[in-house]
Amino acid sequence: MYLFKYILKRLGLMLMTFSIILTMCFVLVKLLPDTPPEQFGKDMEIILKRREMLGYGKPIMVQYMRFLKYAIRGEFGLSEVLYSGSRNVWDVFVEKLPFTVALNIYSIILSIPIGLGLGILAAIYKNKWLDHIISTGVMIFVSIPSFIFGFLIQYLLCFRWGLFEPTMDATQGAFSWTAFVTCIPAILCLSFGTIAGFARYTRAELCEVLTSDYLLLARTKGLTRNQATVRHAMRNAMVPIFPMILGEFISIMSGSLIIEQMFTIPGVGALYVNSVQASPPDYNFFMLLSAFYMLIGLTAGIVIDISYGIIDPRIRMGAR
Amino acid sequence: MSDIYNINKDKLKFATNKDISHDKRLDTKPVGYFEDAFRRFKKNKGSIVAAWIVILLVVYAIVGTWFIPKNYTKAYVKDTELQRYQYLTPKVKFLDGTGVWDGTMIKEITEVQYAQYVAREFETGLNPIQKIVEEYEVKDSLGTKKMLKVKFDTYNAIDCFEKQLSLTEYQAIQQWQEEKGIRVIMPYVNANTSAPTTGSPATVRIVDSNIWYNSDRKGKPIDLNGKPISNLEDYIPAYVTYKTATIKDDKYTVTRLAGDPGIEDPTSPNRWIYAKVTGTTLGNYNVRVNAHNYFIYKYGFEPSFLFGTDVQGYDIFSRLASGARFSLLFAVAISAINLIIGAIYGAIEGYYGGATDLIMERISDILSAIPSMVVTVLFNLHLSGTVGPVISLLFSFILTGWIGMASRVRMQFYRFKNQEYVLAARTLGARDRRIMFKHIFPNSLGTIITGSVLVIPGVIFSETSLTYLGIINLDSPTRASVGAMLNSGKLIMTKFPHVILFPALFIALLMVSFNLFGNGLRDAFNPSLRGAED
Repeated sequence: MYLFKYILKRLGLMLMTFSIILTMCFVLVKLLPDTPPEQFGKDMEIILKRREMLGYGKPIMVQYMRFLKYAIRGEFGLSEVLYSGSRNVWDVFVEKLPFTVALNIYSIILSIPIGLGLGILAAIYKNKWLDHIISTGVMIFVSIPSFIFGFLIQYLLCFRWGLFEPTMDATQGAFSWTAFVTCIPAILCLSFGTIAGFARYTRAELCEVLTSDYLLLARTKGLTRNQATVRHAMRNAMVPIFPMILGEFISIMSGSLIIEQMFTIPGVGALYVNSVQASPPDYNFFMLLSAFYMLIGLTAGIVIDISYGIIDPRIRMGAR
Repeated sequence: MSDIYNINKDKLKFATNKDISHDKRLDTKPVGYFEDAFRRFKKNKGSIVAAWIVILLVVYAIVGTWFIPKNYTKAYVKDTELQRYQYLTPKVKFLDGTGVWDGTMIKEITEVQYAQYVAREFETGLNPIQKIVEEYEVKDSLGTKKMLKVKFDTYNAIDCFEKQLSLTEYQAIQQWQEEKGIRVIMPYVNANTSAPTTGSPATVRIVDSNIWYNSDRKGKPIDLNGKPISNLEDYIPAYVTYKTATIKDDKYTVTRLAGDPGIEDPTSPNRWIYAKVTGTTLGNYNVRVNAHNYFIYKYGFEPSFLFGTDVQGYDIFSRLASGARFSLLFAVAISAINLIIGAIYGAIEGYYGGATDLIMERISDILSAIPSMVVTVLFNLHLSGTVGPVISLLFSFILTGWIGMASRVRMQFYRFKNQEYVLAARTLGARDRRIMFKHIFPNSLGTIITGSVLVIPGVIFSETSLTYLGIINLDSPTRASVGAMLNSGKLIMTKFPHVILFPALFIALLMVSFNLFGNGLRDAFNPSLRGAED
């Protein structure tokens, strides 16, 4: 019951934060000068007329109410710049989301076992040469931005050795085999940083657990080192690690702006960059995607906090 | 009772001389907080190396622009001719001829191109092809083609081009040429017309100022009958002669190119002309200039760039240094501003606690939930028109950036505010402000400094990503951003990897060393780790 109340409270807070930011964002966008771009084959007067019918030019708060009313039904307006008014923003978004999700799911599936494995190895062989090698690698891969690896992978694997296509083949659908094979370089790029992050975190947590008193007790009562590590240390170390994995899973949808642009993956991140870089910016896309990113970020935070409470009932993040 | 005030001093003596017990003076020097931290920092070899690398990179960012002559860097602003010197490969002068870092690259060229380059060396004395690595044949729809893999000197291969000069400029170049003995002005070739210099048959020449000999439309050397020739000595010069020129007086007064009939007989009708004159009295002088030597004339030094040049012909070494300087300055400024705002905000939160804390925490909660990308874009759209992209980027980094620092300071204040020394200060009548900034704040300084050092690589990373994606455009001829350099280098990564290599290397090195340095600092300032590493 307590947990239920706690979740409800967190959800309420999240909703409040979300609506405040969304309002701010909407108002700021509406304050910008917004002249409709020329659309090929369409009369400017028609465009203006349609905009007027959509409520442009009314007070911002009236427009905002209208925006909310339609947003709930999944209608965010037409893409006026990128698709010249021919596509619904929401449709394009739904079309692009699978690519981002696919890419990131592959990356996470690759990262979790490798990252955790390296972290465990480093913790068990703490201060031995294996640990030093892993820690140095982790340091390098955590620090260097992923797009630097992107250049390296693209140059070496794609151009020099010709192992992979330099760009993704998206014609067969997001979860097809061709798409998978052609986005391997991108998956690698995304994974390096995540693997290093997991490894570092796992090592730190496991090191702390391995020196704790209850592990000593476990050894004293006769468990072997392996038994003690797997049954006692790992489980306790997973308490902070598991929420991290969970958070990672939620934020896979937000994608990576740079990697998607670099390997021409038709995902959400690339869409965001394109909508912002267009002149004038495609504000309908911008609003939708900004709201989407906010929601993802907030949800990830809340899921992490709640999962702490479920895994270890002693912890109540954000409660007093 | 005797008079205790008048005791004779002599009657008093020590119980034993040996019993005098002084407090023992400390033999060791007291070690302060910062001294201790520094001592522990020094034990961490990796962090020391990282710190030196950071210092090195900062020095590079500061002095990197000094080594390139000013009149060259000034040309960044509006000199379109600079683009002729694009994509020169990295070159160190004293490594000339070694094959490593000497301005060469491996290039695949066709047989015809090879003949052109050889002919170019014959005319200008600058050898673009240092060595033939491999010869091979390719089959395509038109038949087999002979290809050559050569070691290619990009500096000697800068194309000749046609330039329009005024008479004074023209004469100035002539004078300079005579003084230095470096030939800039080459005999004029009609690059666009079809007529060969002498005799028939008429052949179509390709539009190329580099081809000075009679050639077919592909640039293959041919004789007057249209037969291909292979012997370099037999090439027939296609220079415009006095006889064929429309306006006769080219006003060329200095040493002529070897082979010119005008050397023996300055009035020979077959003498080559060195400028095509258009217009009347003063006129324009269309001159074919040797771009490599023209560079020396114009900018005052022989082209040789440590990191090569980029697409606009800008020197990457100095350009990267200016980008690095901007990034570092920007990151330090943001870190400092965040430190100030965060410290004040966090101090108030932590010190007063209760309702103040609750409300202020909610505000920072909301701010921190805004995706940084959204903030940046909105600030850029709203402000970059009025205050410029740099300031708007600065604002967007500050808007959410200080929150991390505030929560760090808040934690420290919660930790210290109920300690005895604070109580003592309050008892003595110190005001809140004094307690906060004179008593508590210095105690949490270590963590705060570490925090603001670790902010710097984060800011540089975000700034580079944004400029790389082109969401923020900070570029101008006088200001570079590392991200934009990476982006422009990416487009021609396959052909000229050096353009992207150096910015990428710089960012990678900076990130790793800054993080190592920051982590070392954090460990050194963390009192709970004291003695742990021994």
